[in-house]
Amino acid sequence: MTTAKEWPLWEVFIRSRDGLHHKHAGSLHAPDAELAIQNARDLYTRRSEGVSSWVIPSADIVASEPADKESLFDPAASKVYRHPTFYTIPDEVTNI
Amino acid sequence: MAGQDRPELVAAPDETALEAAFQARVDAETRIEPRDWMPEKYRRFMIRQISQHAHSEYVGMLPEGNWITRAPTLRRKAALLAKIQDEAGHAAYLYSAAETLGTTRDQTLEDLHSGKAKYSSIFNYPVLTWADIGTIGWLVDGAAIVNQVALCRTSYGPYARAMVRICKEESFHQRQGFEIMTTLAHGAPEQKEMAQDALNRWWWPALMMFGPHDADSPNSEIAFKWKVKRQSNDELRQRFVDMTIPQADFLGLSVPDPDLTWNETTGHYDFGPIDWDEFWRVVKGDGLCNRDRLDARRSAHEDGAWVREAAMAHAEKKRAAKQNVA
Amino acid sequence: MNAPAADRDAALFRYLLRLGDTSHVLCHRLGEWCGHGPIMEEDIALTNVALDLIGQARLFYQYAGEVEGKGRSEDELAFLRPERDFNNLLLVEQPNGDYARTMARQFLFDAWNLLLFRGLEQSTDPRIAEIAAKAVKEITYHRRHSAGWVIRMGDGTEESRRRIVAAFEQLMGFTAEFFHMDDIDRQMADAGIGPDLSALRDPWMADVEAVLAEATLGWPTATWSVLGGRHEGRHTEHLGYMLAEMQSMQRQYPGLNW
Repeated sequence: MTTAKEWPLWEVFIRSRDGLHHKHAGSLHAPDAELAIQNARDLYTRRSEGVSSWVIPSADIVASEPADKESLFDPAASKVYRHPTFYTIPDEVTNI
Repeated sequence: MAGQDRPELVAAPDETALEAAFQARVDAETRIEPRDWMPEKYRRFMIRQISQHAHSEYVGMLPEGNWITRAPTLRRKAALLAKIQDEAGHAAYLYSAAETLGTTRDQTLEDLHSGKAKYSSIFNYPVLTWADIGTIGWLVDGAAIVNQVALCRTSYGPYARAMVRICKEESFHQRQGFEIMTTLAHGAPEQKEMAQDALNRWWWPALMMFGPHDADSPNSEIAFKWKVKRQSNDELRQRFVDMTIPQADFLGLSVPDPDLTWNETTGHYDFGPIDWDEFWRVVKGDGLCNRDRLDARRSAHEDGAWVREAAMAHAEKKRAAKQNVA
Repeated sequence: MNAPAADRDAALFRYLLRLGDTSHVLCHRLGEWCGHGPIMEEDIALTNVALDLIGQARLFYQYAGEVEGKGRSEDELAFLRPERDFNNLLLVEQPNGDYARTMARQFLFDAWNLLLFRGLEQSTDPRIAEIAAKAVKEITYHRRHSAGWVIRMGDGTEESRRRIVAAFEQLMGFTAEFFHMDDIDRQMADAGIGPDLSALRDPWMADVEAVLAEATLGWPTATWSVLGGRHEGRHTEHLGYMLAEMQSMQRQYPGLNW
C-alpha cells in the first residue's frame, strides 16, 4: 500500500510530421518535465507517430465549461456572412 | 469553475431533464466528453468498465511475460517484448481514460490489488508451452480485437479514442500469434502436437472472454441504452467463432468441440455449450494462476513505491531550488 | 584465403560476438523486468531499451555468422553456444536486483557504450559503422534515461540514496572490463575497426563523475575489480542460469524452426 503522492498527470501533444500542428495524443504520469517528455516518446511514438512533442501538466490546462457551450459557440453559427458561399458572384466571373 | 467543482449545483435543478438531454445526445450519436454532465450511474459504470479493461491489459502482461526469457529465437523474443510492451501502453491509455471520469490511477490500482476490481479471467490460466504464446496471440488477442472493434464507437469519448488507438496497435498481436501457430502446425510432429494441445486448453476460455449469455448478463440492458456496447456478448462470440474456425482449418488443427458444425441455414457455425460453472469457478479464485497474477501486480507496485517516491522528492527539490533562485 | 585475412576474420568474428553477447545478455535482463516495473511508464521505457539492444545484438550476430562463413544463423550463435563461449561483459549479466541496481548497471554501461559506439561509428568496416550509426541514437537516449534515474535516486529520498549508493558499490568493480584490451581488441583498434578501449576511460570517468555529482554522490569506495567475461568466457555464476533458461527451447528441441 502506498500513501505517497501519485505522479502528476500530463497531457501529451505530438507533431506527426513537420509542417503539421501538434495534436493531443493522450496523457501519462510523470514526476517531472524531463521524464514526461521521455515517457511521451515511449508511450505515444513507438510506431514513428511523431517528430516533436509537447507535454503540459494536466492541472495547468484551462478548459471552457460545457455549460457555456451554447453561449460561447452557438452565436457563430448565424454569422454566415463569414463564409465565402454567402456571396453571390456571376458565373462568368472567374478567379474569385 | 464553481459549477464544475460542485456537480450538485448543476444537477439539482432538474435531474430528469438533464438525464433526458444526456440520453438524447447518446441517441444522436454525440460522444459524451469528460466535463459534460452525465448521470452518476453512467460515470460509475464507465469507471468500472474502463478500469476492468485496463486491469486486463496490465495483468495480461504477466502470462506472456513468463516466456520472454525462453523465447526460442531472437526474432520471436523481439516481437514478444514489443507485444507485451504494447499491453503496458494500452493499460496506460485506459487508466488515463478512467481518470477523466474523476478517479485516480492509484485508486484504480488499489481496487485491483485489494481484489475488489476484476480483470479478464483468461489470464488466470497458465501459459505452459511456446505454443501457448502463439495461441494467446491468435485466440485471446483475436477475441479481444472483436470486442474492442465494437467498442471503438462506444459513447464515452476518451474510451472510444483509446479503443481506436489500441485496435490499430493490436492488429500485429494477433498476426504474430498466428504466424507462430503456422510455423508450429507446419513443423515437426512434436510442434504440431504442442499447437493442438494449446488450442485444446485455450479454446473454451477464449469463448468465455465474451462474457455470459445475454440473458444472464445483468448489465447488458443499460449498456445498450447508453450505447456503451452495441452488440451482444453472444453476437460477438458468434462472430469470433465464424472467423476463427476457417483459420483453425488452415492450420490443420481442430477445436475441442464435438458439437461444432456448419449451419447452412443460419450461415454460422453452431457450437457446443460453454461450461459456465468453470468460468465462475475461475473468476472466483479457482484458476491455477489467480494468486500468482495478483501477487505479481501487488509486488511490482509495492516494490516500486520507493522509486516513485524518490522521483517525486527529487522533482520537488528541483522546483524548490528554482523558486529560491527566482 | 591467405593466413593474415583468416586471422583477421577470426578476430573480427570474436569481436562481433562480444558486442552481440553483451547487447543480448543485457536485453535479457531488462526483459525480466517487463510487467514488473515500478510504474507502467517506466516498464515501457525499459522494454524500449531492451528492444534496441536485441536489435543491435541481432545485427552483430548476423554479421558474425557471415564473417565466420560456416552458415551459422543469429539464433545458432545466440542459443547454441555454451557459457564458456559467451563473451558478454560481466556487468550486464549481473542480476537485476532492485530498481537502483538495474539503473546503476544501466548507467555505467550506457555511458561506456555510447563512447564505444561513437568509436564504432568511425569504423573502417562499413557494416559496423552502419550498425553503430543507428545504435548511437538509441544509446544516447538510454544514457539520458538511466542518468536521469541515477540523479533522481541519489538526490531523492533517504531510501533511494541508500539503495543507489549500495548499487554502485556492488557494481563498480565490474567496469574494469570496459577498458581492458586483449590481442583481439588491439588488432581491431590497429585496423581501425574498433576504438582503443583504454582511451575511453577518461571520458567515461568524466561523464560518470558529472552525473554522480549531480546526484550528490561521490565515487564508490569499493576498490575490488574483476575481469574474465568479455575476453575469456570466465563468468560470474549468474550467466549459467540465464543461459539455461534462454537456451532451453533450442536445447530441448534441436534443429526445429520456431
